[in-house]
This record gives sequence, structure tokens and C-alpha cells, in this order.
Amino acid sequence: MLNPTTLDYLGIPGWIVLWVAAAAAIFLFVKRVAHLAGILKRARPEKRWDQIPRRLALFVSDVLFQRRLFQERAFGAAHFLIFWCFVFYATGFLWNLIKGLIPALPIPYADGVPWMALPMEILTVLALAGILFSAIRRYIFTPSGLEKTRDATIVLSLISTLLVTFALGEGFKVAAEGHFAWYTPLGNVLGRTLVGMGTTPARAETGFLWMWWAHMMTVLGFLAYLPYSKHAHLLASPFGVFLADLRAGKMPNASEGASKLEDFTWRQLFSALACAECGRCERVCPAYASGFSLSPKTLVHKVKEMVLSPSAAQSPAGSAVAKTEVEAQTKPFVGEAVTPEEIWACTTCMACMERCPVFNEHIPLIVEMRRYLVSQGEMDAAVQETLMNLTRYGNSFGKSARARAKWTEGLGFKVKDARKEPVEYLWFVGDYASFDPRVQEITRTAARVFNEVGLDFGILYDAEQNTGNDARRIGEEGLFDVLKEKNLQAIGKAQFKKVFTTDPHTYQALKHEYAGGDENGGGLNGTPVLHYTEVLDELMERGALSVKEKTSARITYHDPCYLGRYNQVYDAPRRVLRRLGAEVVEMPRNRGNAYCCGAGGGRIWMEDAPGVHERPAESRVKEAAGLPGVDTLVVACPKDLVMFQDAIKTAGLEGNLVVRDMIELVGEAVGLTQRSESYERAEEQKQ
Amino acid sequence: MKILIILRMVPDVIEELEVASDGKSLDSEFLRLIINESDNHALEQALILKERHGGTVTALALEAPEIDEVLFTAVAKGVDRAVKITGVEKGLTTRSVASVLAHVLPSVPNALPADLILTGCQAIDDLDGQVAPLLTQALKLPYLGLVTKVDANPSAARASVVREFASGVRGEFDVPMPAVLGIQAAEKPPRYVPVAKVRAVMKSAQIETVAASTAAQAPNVTILEMKKPEAAGRAAMIEGSPQEAAAKICDILAERGLL
Amino acid sequence: MAQSIWVLAEQWRGKISDATYEGLALGRELADALGAPVQVVLLGDNVKGLTGSLGAADSVLLVQHASLAHASPETYGEVLTQLAKEKEPRAILVPMTNVSWDVVGSLPAQLHMPFVNFCENVEAADGKLRAKCLLYGGKMQASMAPDGAAIFGILPGARPADKGRIEKAPPVEEVAIAPAEPKVRFKSYIEPDAGEIDITQMSVLISVGRGMQNQENIELAEDLAKELGGAVSGSRPVIDQGWLPLSRQVGKSGATVKPKLYLAAGISGAPEHVEGMKNADLIIGINTDAQAPIFNVAHYGVVEDATDVLEALTQAVRAKKG
Repeated sequence: MLNPTTLDYLGIPGWIVLWVAAAAAIFLFVKRVAHLAGILKRARPEKRWDQIPRRLALFVSDVLFQRRLFQERAFGAAHFLIFWCFVFYATGFLWNLIKGLIPALPIPYADGVPWMALPMEILTVLALAGILFSAIRRYIFTPSGLEKTRDATIVLSLISTLLVTFALGEGFKVAAEGHFAWYTPLGNVLGRTLVGMGTTPARAETGFLWMWWAHMMTVLGFLAYLPYSKHAHLLASPFGVFLADLRAGKMPNASEGASKLEDFTWRQLFSALACAECGRCERVCPAYASGFSLSPKTLVHKVKEMVLSPSAAQSPAGSAVAKTEVEAQTKPFVGEAVTPEEIWACTTCMACMERCPVFNEHIPLIVEMRRYLVSQGEMDAAVQETLMNLTRYGNSFGKSARARAKWTEGLGFKVKDARKEPVEYLWFVGDYASFDPRVQEITRTAARVFNEVGLDFGILYDAEQNTGNDARRIGEEGLFDVLKEKNLQAIGKAQFKKVFTTDPHTYQALKHEYAGGDENGGGLNGTPVLHYTEVLDELMERGALSVKEKTSARITYHDPCYLGRYNQVYDAPRRVLRRLGAEVVEMPRNRGNAYCCGAGGGRIWMEDAPGVHERPAESRVKEAAGLPGVDTLVVACPKDLVMFQDAIKTAGLEGNLVVRDMIELVGEAVGLTQRSESYERAEEQKQ
Repeated sequence: MKILIILRMVPDVIEELEVASDGKSLDSEFLRLIINESDNHALEQALILKERHGGTVTALALEAPEIDEVLFTAVAKGVDRAVKITGVEKGLTTRSVASVLAHVLPSVPNALPADLILTGCQAIDDLDGQVAPLLTQALKLPYLGLVTKVDANPSAARASVVREFASGVRGEFDVPMPAVLGIQAAEKPPRYVPVAKVRAVMKSAQIETVAASTAAQAPNVTILEMKKPEAAGRAAMIEGSPQEAAAKICDILAERGLL
Repeated sequence: MAQSIWVLAEQWRGKISDATYEGLALGRELADALGAPVQVVLLGDNVKGLTGSLGAADSVLLVQHASLAHASPETYGEVLTQLAKEKEPRAILVPMTNVSWDVVGSLPAQLHMPFVNFCENVEAADGKLRAKCLLYGGKMQASMAPDGAAIFGILPGARPADKGRIEKAPPVEEVAIAPAEPKVRFKSYIEPDAGEIDITQMSVLISVGRGMQNQENIELAEDLAKELGGAVSGSRPVIDQGWLPLSRQVGKSGATVKPKLYLAAGISGAPEHVEGMKNADLIIGINTDAQAPIFNVAHYGVVEDATDVLEALTQAVRAKKG
């Protein structure tokens, strides 16, 4: 049996060479990892050790099964193979290292054991194919978001080297020993070829030793190089997945905001280390696609540069004098490396975080920085005014709170006041639905529909305030707290069994960010919170809502970010539409891939940046209009309605596409004779 | 620099104003008060001057509903001292407010002399006077109103002040300090202060109180009656979609020979 | 002799302002009702020649001095205190304009007289003075009675200026008073950057307010203005935001305009703005809020989004023009 480390090389015993090389590599590795850990220690603490079972499940699905990578199927397969090959290689390497360092150990080398050798050989071939595919993808087809960096080239070469040295090593070993085992098929093929080429056993043995040492040194080299390169993600990403944010909404815990390294939490900085710069986040980001200077990938990369930068490396924690030096050198990250434009460009749609295979936390990074900008008063004048209106009047429109329920006038029936009488459903209406003239008509239709089907519902009238979802995403956490307190107070006085809302932003806040939301997985202190599409679905399911007039419309449905991606409510709205008789045609970007309308994160109050060439809503309505035979875009969110109606005008699609809220179709279906103004106009425009 | 700012609350016209049952005052049931907009600008200008020249800013206000929040907000923005004058009747007219202020200011510890006294140059409820010039007369200080820019030279006890005229024309004035300035607009829009900061200030800061040193003088103008204005005219409303309205407007313009 | 009604003249940069004639129109009515004379009180430096259109007054009380060139509360106060002590006027009508602002604010304390603000009318009832005032930004109207002789702050536009302008120079009574140098000294004027356009000379103004929502939409107003041979103007918030230069501002601190067509797009109609345009021949207001005060001064109104209407109107005008 070939035992590489028992031989002498230039007079030195192999195992000593290996000890020296391994010690050097491990020393460099540990030094670097400790350094990175030290930097993370300077950041703020954050607890991510809760709910271990859930975390383990996530580890299995997303690390072992590489779930998110399969969203791009071909590459997902390639990466899965490379990953598993690596797992076996790593196991094999450790095994071989121990045996190599202590040759006297009575264990075989890994490749002498069938259940190691066979998988390693098969995976080697598959991984080689995967590497080839990856290289072609990156260097020839270069998808957007992927770059031909030096780091990437080094790593692809290193992995290829490992695969080739192992494969050739197997071949040489078979040729040297003449042992054609069933568990070394690759080795057998290569061995036969080598023998056929005239390789003598002696030469084969030399060849094997070269390959063995090349392989070991490459791994040791890789080990030392790893934490200095982008492939640090290999180490960090499994932890990233395990330490993912398990809450819906993923808002960072209360803080003063972040402008430099120490202001972020270690987990937020960790995202930078776990990032493989794959570009998936950038590819789906609506801000980036529109022409804003924000790229989620570049943002995380900048965080990485901040974490790895020289000034971050200088002072060990605890040294008093050095600390002030470091502070002096720790330049504000925000304003220098990252511009306010980038920070404000985000709509918080979460497409980036949904795609990220290592569960990076782009939006928390942005919200932390927004908190800082808010504390400095650095924001659009319109945003400032909106925040002041929210503080003073409890709505973003700057109207008196007493005007909130004006939409209920002239309905023909009185909408119950949930503060005064018990109701089954508390309808939390929301700002846009209450105050925006275009949406008020929809709200009125909704009230008529609910009344028609005998739903027992009530509203809070002028005690209702904006839930603060957008204030929170803008970075005004204090304002969110105030609004939450006021709303909880009002809700506390009302009597109801369930809560529903017509506004997904409100839905997210009430369900997950108010009382008892995060821990229990949703609900207002145990009370179910529903979106109105879920209520309609329920009513239809139990026959309480009967469709008198089925529609034969061919429509498409837009998944609102805060209903879809944030809460996975995809099916209920579609069931409702199908029960109405509509033919639901999906847009290319649907369900978890739905493309944001651009209003979230406070962006509805902000000006576009100069570089914007196509707003997200414009891209979306073009996508809808592009579907054959579809002339209606159905929405379930008041902000979507407003954004898409405007986008249809600015994109010149008037006459090609109309926007309807789902409740309007329901209204027709239940035989409501009164039509909303916007419906009449939509009909006129079609003609 | 030592700067004193006077803040006042005025009715918030976002809420619908109603006449009380006595027929000559505002109904207080849904009435909300808000900081006088130009006083907010005065506050901002004071903070800008403090940032430039150092020193202290003291905010002073008469007791009124929601005044505490206004004073705490001012402190959260950077004001050093907040003083509230107590023992004041409700619903004083501007002239009486000015007189109360003029009487009490000398007794507020460490308030006067100040290099500059800033307050808003107007308010929507100034029925019988304007605070700044009336205060000026009582304190016998120089005064300039409609100010939009202040370049102070504390060591020379003079300031170069810009004031608005009409048609976009402004004028530059040389003002000796101490002086009273009526602010129209601060050099920058009033800054934002996060809610969390205001709440923190509410817990940590104190508002000093000083009792008014004199009863307010009786008003010399009486309100006989108050009512909602009948609009002198009301526009003829054009109905329809934007396109329809545009067509009708076009006709009107054509009739008038404006096309 | 019956105590006279004084109208404080406002002279600025060599001209008597419209506010003076408006005050004079009102003063004349009041004086006639009381059977008293109305005097225009004119203070300034070398302003004797400006009395040519003050014919509605019975006489002019004139004080000329170098330190009266600018409406300084110190110098004007000193002069008016002396004059008032001597003449004991029944009522003093003062213009509520930027130019006279400081004088008006200080005068009540200097003369120890009651002051009534925001007057759109002053009349006599049983020999007593009564004022009709617009309070709270125009949201309330109050009927006010001062204790005795009083100073009345007259809102711009309370009367048409033409009503108070009579081309005749009334007799002048000149009084020599040399007030002390004011402590607050005028240094210079800062002119706004001269745009190529003087909005006070345009016959069509497409005026934009906050309802336009962002700077890009101003283009829609430009397009329409071009079609109609006019210019774009704006309310104060739009200028403060930097969307339009200062030279385009209409209102109290901006220009007073009297075009043939004033289209107020997305302007709420606050008093400080209306002051500057209420005398336009044809006013059309566009605002999404049906309660916006602009509709009280406009001749026609549309409750729609201003950007939509401007765009539609531009197309309609183009089509009509052929």
C-alpha cells in the first residue's frame, strides 16, 4: 500500500514535511479567522441561537439540499454537485491529513475505503462537468451581477486542480498497484489508459506521489487562502443559513442607526463574509433595474470592504488609547462609501433576501443606515413632511384624523363602529384606502360587498392610525413605536374576533410586528389577522359568498410584496379569482418572483433619482400588457392600484391595460349594481 | 451667543374650525393647537446661529395645551433651556401675550440680556397685534421683521440681516445687537428630529416654569361675532374626466380670445 | 373739526404702491360714512411729486426727510407719534404688505392705539368703528370693535386699487420733522436673478403649486404655457423647493400679477398667494381637494389631478389650434 508520508523527500521524512505545511496553513487560517472574529466582536450583539430545531431544518434544506440555488435550475445542479464533491473531499482530506501526519495509525487512507472512494470518484467527474459549466457561464455568457474577478479565477482554478489531482492520483494508484477495484471506476479507466500509454508501475508510483502531495498542498494552500478571499463564503455561508433571521419581516431590533462598522450587529456584518457575490440579489432588485445607483450586491460588497479594510484591522478591542485612534480612522461608512441615494433607493420588496442562497440581510443593513440618516435629518423634504404628518395626524396625507372615515358617507348603510359595539371582523382600513380619492372608491365597493354578503364588520373610525410599517422601513423606529402604541390602545378598546385589512403593509405590521407577532408566528395577541383576499377565500369556501354572475375575463394578478413574499399568501387570491370565473394568466415574474411596484419602503413619497430610466411600476405594467389576450391587471393593494394607474399613463399603455382591484371584480360577481368611478373610467378607456 | 426664542401655539387649521356656542370664539372641542409656523422657523434659525457661533438657545413659551411637547421637541433639536410661563389666562390675544412676555422676561433667570430675541414674524391668530414688534417696543430694542437670513458678528455686537420685500426683492440691513428679529423663514427648512429622540428628552429634560408677573391687560379690541366666511364668490365647477374638463376649458379660452 | 381718517401711504422705490390706493378707496368710504375728512399720510425722502393720483383724499400730510426713505419703524414711529398727538386721527388705515410690515407692527404700541388686523372692511355703525376681519388663514370671519380710535391693518385686495386712484393732486400739508437716525440701518437691495421673463408683464400665467408633486411635472406647465404664449409662475412652496426661481413667485413676498388668464394648478389658495393674483381677469383653479380655498377666488374650478388636466389641456389646445 502506498503510504506517501512514510517516504523521505530530499532527506526529510514525508510526515515532517506534512506537519510543517499543515502547521503553517492552519496557523495562517486560524490567524485570519480570529482576526475576522475580532472585527465582528466590535459590532453590536445579536441573539441568533434560538429555535435550534428550526435552524437545523433550514440547514438541511438550504445547505445540504442547496434549495435556493435550484431557482436557477441548471446552475443549481452544477453547484449542488460541486458542493457535495467538496463535502466528500473535505472529509477525505481531513482523514488523509490525520493518517498522513501519523502514519502509524492503523487506518487506511480515505480513498482505500469503498464508501469514501466511490462517491468521491463519481462526484469528481460530475463536479468537473459542473466546474466547466460554471466557467463557461461566468466567462462566456457572463450573466448580469456576475463578474470575472481575479478571486473567481483563482478559486475555479484551485477547485479544478483539486479535482484533476485527485482523479489523476486515482489513476496512477491503480496503475501502480495493479488493483482494479469496483469502487474506483474512474481510477480504473485512467489506470488502464496510463498502462496503455506505457507507464511502468514505478513511474505510476512516482506519478501518484506527485498527485498526492500536489493535492494535499493545494488543499492546505486553499485553506490558508480561503479566509482572505471571497471563498470565505465557504466557511461563513453554512453559518449564515443556520443563523438566518427566522422572523417574517426581518426588521432589525431597535437601534440608533448605523453609520460605521461598530454600529451594525455582528450578524449584519456577517452577511458580507457569507456573500459569494453571485449577483442573484442584483438581478432581481427593482431599484437596480430602474437605474438607481443601488445594487444589493454592491452594497454587501461595500460592507465587506469596510469589514476587511485596514483601519478596521488596526486596534484590538480593549486598548483605550488605540480605540480613539481607530475611531478617528473609522470614517463614516454612510456618506462616504455608501451614498444616501443608494440607501433611499430601496423599496424593501425583499426580492434580494428571498433569492439569496446564504440568507444575507440586505434590508436590515439598509434600514440601519436609514435610521442613521433619519437621526441626521438627511432625507427628502417630502419624506420629512410625511413623517411629521404621521406623527401629528396619524396619517401620511396630512389630513385631520377626523376625516379618516369620510369615505363611509353616502354608502346607504352605517359602517359599525367597533369601539362602540362588538363585531366579528375588525376592518383595519389603512391610510391610502381611507384618504386617497382614487382608492376611496375601491374601499366603498369593498364595504358594499361585505355588507351584501352579510359580513359582520366594523372599523375604528378616527381612532385608527397608520400602522407605521412604512415609517419603520424609512428608519423612524420611534415613530413606529408611537403609532403602534396608539393603535394597540384603540384596538384594545374594541371587541372583535378577527382582524382583516385591505392593505398588505398594514397586514404585515399587524400580523407580525405588533403584539405577540414575531414569536407566535403571526397574529395580534392570538387574534387571527387576515388580508381581505383571505377573507373572501374563506367566505367562498364555506359558501357564504355566492357568485351570481361569473366573469369570463382573461386577467393577470400582481402579488403584492407584503402579501406574497413577506407572507406567502399566493393561493388565496388566485382561488378567489378562479371562483369568479376569471382565467388567471401568470406574468413571467409571479409569486415569490413578483416585481415590486416601487412604492414600498417610503419610496412612494420620494423623488426619483436622476439615473432612473424606467420606474418599477412601468416595467411591471409593460410585463402585464405583454401577455396575449390580457387587458386587465388585478391588484390587491391600494398602493399597487395607485402606482400602476400612474404607470399606465406614463408608459403610454392607456387603452391597452386597466388596473382593477380584486374587490371590484367580486362586486360585479355578487351583483352589486353600483359601479365605482374608476371602473367606469376604465371601461371608457378600453373603448 | 445668547439667543432667546419665543414660541407660540396657534389653532391648527388642518382640523375643521367651528364657532363656539357664544358666537364669537372658536369651538374648543376638536380644536388642536400647533406651533406657529414662523416660530418654528425662528427656532431653526436660532439653532443655525448656535451651530455657527456657539452659545446657548433658550426657548420660552406661555403655558398652552400641547406646549410641553413643543418645548421638548425644541430641546431635542438642540435648544439648551426650555422655559414655560405659567399662571396665564387661556385664549389671550396677541397683544396681551406680548405684554405678559414683556413683563415676565426680565424676571426669567438668565434670559436677558440676550444677543438676539427671535420669534416668528406673524401668526394666523394675530388679531390685535404682532408679538415681535410689540415686545420690541416694551423692551426698547431695535427690531426688524420678515427676516430670512442672519449673519451675526457677536464680537462686534452687530448683525447683517436680510429681509423680504415684494416681487422677490430682498433688502440687507445692519442691525445692532441686542435686537428682536421677526423671522419669516430660516436659512434652511426646519430640521427633523426623530420621535425617539423627543421621547428620550421627555424623560431626561426638565422644563423650567416661571410664573407670569402680571395679569394680562384687558384687550382693547372686542370680537362681536365670529362665523365661517361666506365665500365672496365660488368657482363654477367643471365636471368630468381630465380630458372632458380640458375640452371645456378650451372652449372658455376660445370664447375669451385667449387661444 | 371731525377727526380725520388717515390712510398711511406706502411708497417704495419711487412709486406709490397699489395697497395705498386700495386703502384710500376704503378710507374714502369710511370717511364719507362718518362725515369726516380722509388724509393720506405720506412719509419719505423727496416724495412730494408722488401725490399726483391721490385725488381721492381730501389732503396729504407730508413729511420728507432722508431717514424716511425706507419704512423704518423707528423713524416712521417717531414722526407718526408726533403727528398723531397733534392731529388725533379717528382711524389709521395701514397696508398689510411686506414693505410696511414693521411700521404696522410697531405703530400700535408707539401711538398707544388699539390695532385690528386682517381687515377686509372697515365701516361705521352708529358712529362707532367696526371691522370685518379674516382670521386663521381665511377660515373664519370676525366682526371686531376697537375701543375708540384705532389702527386697522388692511388686507391687500380689500378694495380695487382703481377705485382709490383719482388723477388729481390734493392739497399738501407739509410738516417738518427730522427724525433721529434709525438704529437698524438699510444697506442695499438684493435683486432676484433676473429671469428673462417678467411675470407681471405676461398675459397668460400657468401657475404651479405643491399639487404638481415633483419638479419634472413643471414641464407639463411649460408645454401648456408655450402653447398659450404665456409663462410659468408658482406659489411660495414651489420656489422654496427650488423648482422655480424667485423671479417666478406670485404672492405676498413675490409678485402681484394681473394677467388675462391665471391657471392655478395644484395651488391650494392660501391668503398669502391669493393676495398676489386675485385680480386676474380669468382664474381657473385645478386641485384634487374640493375644499381648497382657491375655488373661492377662481372663476372656474376642476377637481382633478393638476398633472392630468395640464397634459389633457395642452393636447386639447394643440388640437384646437389646428
